[in-house]
Amino acid sequence: MKKSLGLAALAAVLVCGTASAQDIKVKIGVLTDMSSLYADVGGPGSVAAAKLAIADFTKDHPNVKVEMVSADHQNKPDIGSQIANKWIDVEHVDAIVDVPNSGVALAMSQLAKQKNKVFIGSGPASSDLTGAKCNANTVHWTYDTWMLANGTGKALVKTGGDTWFFLTSDYAFGHALERDTAAVVEKAGGKVLGKVRHPLNTNDFSSFLLQAQSSKAKIIGLANAGGDTINAIKQGAEFGIVKGGQKFAGLLVFASDVNALGLKTAQGLVLTSTWYWDMTDANRAWTKRWQAERNAPGKFPTMVQAGVYSGVLHYLKAVTALKSAADGAAVVAEMKKLPTDDPLFGKGSIRIDGRKMHPAYLLEVKSPEESKYPGDFYKLRATIPAAEAFRPLKDGGCSLANG
Amino acid sequence: MDTQFEIKAAPPHGASPSVWRDNSETILFVIMAVGLIVAPFFTYPLFLMEAMCFALFACAFNLLIGYVGLLSFGHALYFGWGAYLSAYAAKSWGLTPELAILTGTATAALCGVVAGSLAIRRQGIYFAMITLALAQMMYFFALQVKLTGGEDGIQAVPRGFLFGLIDLRNEAAMYVVVLAIFLAGFLFIYRIIHSPFGEVLKAIRENEPRAISLGYKTERYKLIAFVLSATLAGLAGSTKAIVVQLASLTDVNWPMSGEVVLMTLVGGLGTIFGPIVGSFVILVMQYKLSVVGEWVLVIQGAIFVACVLLFRRGVIGEIAAKLRIKL
Repeated sequence: MKKSLGLAALAAVLVCGTASAQDIKVKIGVLTDMSSLYADVGGPGSVAAAKLAIADFTKDHPNVKVEMVSADHQNKPDIGSQIANKWIDVEHVDAIVDVPNSGVALAMSQLAKQKNKVFIGSGPASSDLTGAKCNANTVHWTYDTWMLANGTGKALVKTGGDTWFFLTSDYAFGHALERDTAAVVEKAGGKVLGKVRHPLNTNDFSSFLLQAQSSKAKIIGLANAGGDTINAIKQGAEFGIVKGGQKFAGLLVFASDVNALGLKTAQGLVLTSTWYWDMTDANRAWTKRWQAERNAPGKFPTMVQAGVYSGVLHYLKAVTALKSAADGAAVVAEMKKLPTDDPLFGKGSIRIDGRKMHPAYLLEVKSPEESKYPGDFYKLRATIPAAEAFRPLKDGGCSLANG
Repeated sequence: MDTQFEIKAAPPHGASPSVWRDNSETILFVIMAVGLIVAPFFTYPLFLMEAMCFALFACAFNLLIGYVGLLSFGHALYFGWGAYLSAYAAKSWGLTPELAILTGTATAALCGVVAGSLAIRRQGIYFAMITLALAQMMYFFALQVKLTGGEDGIQAVPRGFLFGLIDLRNEAAMYVVVLAIFLAGFLFIYRIIHSPFGEVLKAIRENEPRAISLGYKTERYKLIAFVLSATLAGLAGSTKAIVVQLASLTDVNWPMSGEVVLMTLVGGLGTIFGPIVGSFVILVMQYKLSVVGEWVLVIQGAIFVACVLLFRRGVIGEIAAKLRIKL
């Protein structure tokens, strides 16, 4: 008896010994916008989300040693690329996550391929990341422009918003968003009554809003982003557009924008999101931890920040399965092989082109009367299943899809 | 002219210091060149390469403000469009890097001729505003046209093979090329400043009506200086596009024009080494401070205020004044 106990103890020591000898080292870099227009969408909140993911994972897998670094790309692709290059070459970072701003994200995707590391994009919008510019080292996690256009366009037409007028930011991004959404609207049986193009970073939307108002379209699609969207919604409230029965459809609006605008101004705004903090108990519990981590009880996580958590968690799972983070392409292949499952996005998968698949939700901003507590932003109008939410594989033009 | 005279007239401190004094620029140049050759063994080469591109950009800007007294608020135009065309030529036309850089530089020169011939007709703040307006025009143009890729920029620019032979994906080879371009650009600017042409430029800076009364066609001198400055800024941008392998809207937008002013001011306006020091200072700040997040801009602002209040001649300008040497 004593002998067998001793043997068992010896075996236990040996097992532990081998486990610590097989320590897996991983280093993750959170590259985000800390100081400018995406700082609330990603920024410090994304860093907090990554920290939570690492804490949760290492609790169950003590043999995985995860380090994290973070930096501000200042929305400049060359600064982002410079930081990432140094991270990979000098500090041995294995994966770069978040990266709002499509320009910086496309640079990261190229860099990940060049140096055989991993890029998990939660912040960027451009659907090119899993389309024409896809590669085997990139996973696009949370959302993309195609999904936003499709989700908002199709679901709105189905739920009665069948006449549209577009307010479009006059550059490539706005044009693409408008084109994609208009196509979806028409395909779903809706009608586009008109459109107007405004210059980037406009302060005065009055003439554009008047045109939108007189078009009598049920939905005014905002094919713009950031400050332009915020300004259009604010001035739209002053013109009484929502009170007059028309609705704004924001094609790129985040929970942080709604929080900043306030429900009084933003009420009635319709948008698509893949994650909302108040949707499930797991989300609410996570949001509490996130707020504690950031020490910001008045802030609510965006889908981008939730995506960082979910992406980091899945990445660490894949690294642990392979027992090494060295070969980026292999890690991404493993990530695609393993089904995704986490408290925030539930069960899902990563497609061959790097697209993370999960459902999307069409949400409408509540009026101040409907809102019961801080952060009670949305009511759910429709759920779009994962298979319909994202661009079909064959339409993306990604070279990985053929091979 | 005046300053040179003053230095000559300064009481000699024995033979050897005056040798140092007379050759201060040569000595500093040698130190700088040796430093840049040794530096990649100690710091990250990619950072140094980008810093050299910005240093050349700041030197080009300084040629105009420091030696002709023309404050251009639109130098991002030449830098950014140089970068775009260089990136486009290397990526879409498959040109070798030296030809791509030449394409970018030529584009910047052309932009310089057009913008310069319009802008030099006005003085002072009007000159600055015209350059800014033209640069913003070209920024919105960059935002719209297909060539630039809009807000995504031109990504994944191949570094290619220099003269079809040397693989620039090798960091060492790329470093040597950038160092050569930087030093050549620097020496070219040095040569311009110390040529008879440069003396005329300085005369225009000090007193334009007097230069006119002496029979100089100042408009022509100013235009040539403007085009030279734009061309060198374009050279810097083109090289940067090959080094960083991308060209983006950041390079043509107005904050870039402001940044180059800041670099030159921090280093020392009208000193030949000042812009180089200034650009290294600003870039080190941008990278080192990227870890502290939102504080970057605040700290940058504080340093700028400190610079203006405490050492108005810039880092190099103050040192030169203290030691009473030319730098």
